[in-house]
Amino acid sequence: MEISLKSEVIKVILGFPITNSLILSLSSAFIIIVGSFLIVRSLKLIPSKIQNGFEIIVEAILDFMSQTLGDRELAKKFFPVVAAIFLFILLNNWLGVLPGTGSIGLNETHNGKEVFVPFFRSANSDLNTTIALALIAMAAVQIYGIKKFGFSGYFSKFITLKKGPIYFFVGILELISELSKIISFSFRLFGNIFAGEVLLLIVMNLAPLFAPFPFVILEFFVGFIQALVFAMLTMMFLKVATETAH
Amino acid sequence: MFMDAESMKLLAAALSVGMGALAAAPSISAIARKSVEGISRNPEATSKIQPAMILAIAFTEAIAIYALVISLIILFV
Repeated sequence: MEISLKSEVIKVILGFPITNSLILSLSSAFIIIVGSFLIVRSLKLIPSKIQNGFEIIVEAILDFMSQTLGDRELAKKFFPVVAAIFLFILLNNWLGVLPGTGSIGLNETHNGKEVFVPFFRSANSDLNTTIALALIAMAAVQIYGIKKFGFSGYFSKFITLKKGPIYFFVGILELISELSKIISFSFRLFGNIFAGEVLLLIVMNLAPLFAPFPFVILEFFVGFIQALVFAMLTMMFLKVATETAH
Repeated sequence: MFMDAESMKLLAAALSVGMGALAAAPSISAIARKSVEGISRNPEATSKIQPAMILAIAFTEAIAIYALVISLIILFV
């Protein structure tokens, strides 16, 4: 039973390595994009049941955001980024808990050793995915701030030369804290989901009949909470970046 | 003697995540204790207290997760 920190490469297509976590993240993106496209194509004023289901999801996210932000217009402005991040991470995590992830694969020989390479692996258990999501979230925060305050207006938060040396150091600290947010975002999500995968692997190796049941429910719950935390933190940072300071 | 590299690796991995958990557990219980007390004093404010509690617990848990990642790196890389 091997646990590898890096996700295993299944095939190399045109010089681009396709890893098993890439397969699952592409599937969840495909489900979200194609599902939304099919629903939007046939919108009716009196909704059908499927459209009703999607409307419940959208309404729930928008209500939660406007409740936390206090302002529905602001929630509508931030909705695309936050809801996309939430739904993508949620679907990634939940697809990674389904049976078949981590168990269906091939036995290959790498450097003379027999290694088991699974076909599917939870997308957020790969550090590449989580770093990419963290970079996108922090880039979105900076872009929303620049759009509201202008380029020099927004960056004067970090590099202030006119208010004295203390404010200069506060600005440098803000810059460092922006960088550390990227690291904390990516490692929080990666650590939670990777540890969950390792836990499920070990439990299913030890007692495969009834014992994994509470652990699968735990992983389900943890996946939801991590998606919620990522989206809520992005929303908080967006709000802080676009409000007029002091 | 038990001081060879392999056993030190195992010891380091176990100690790392153990101390991370030791720091996270009382912090999370303190957050939960105060937020439940706040909810019990004023049940109408539940919808304001709950998101803050979940956020605070996730932040605290993340620090224990950093320790876990270090121990996994020690073991497997």
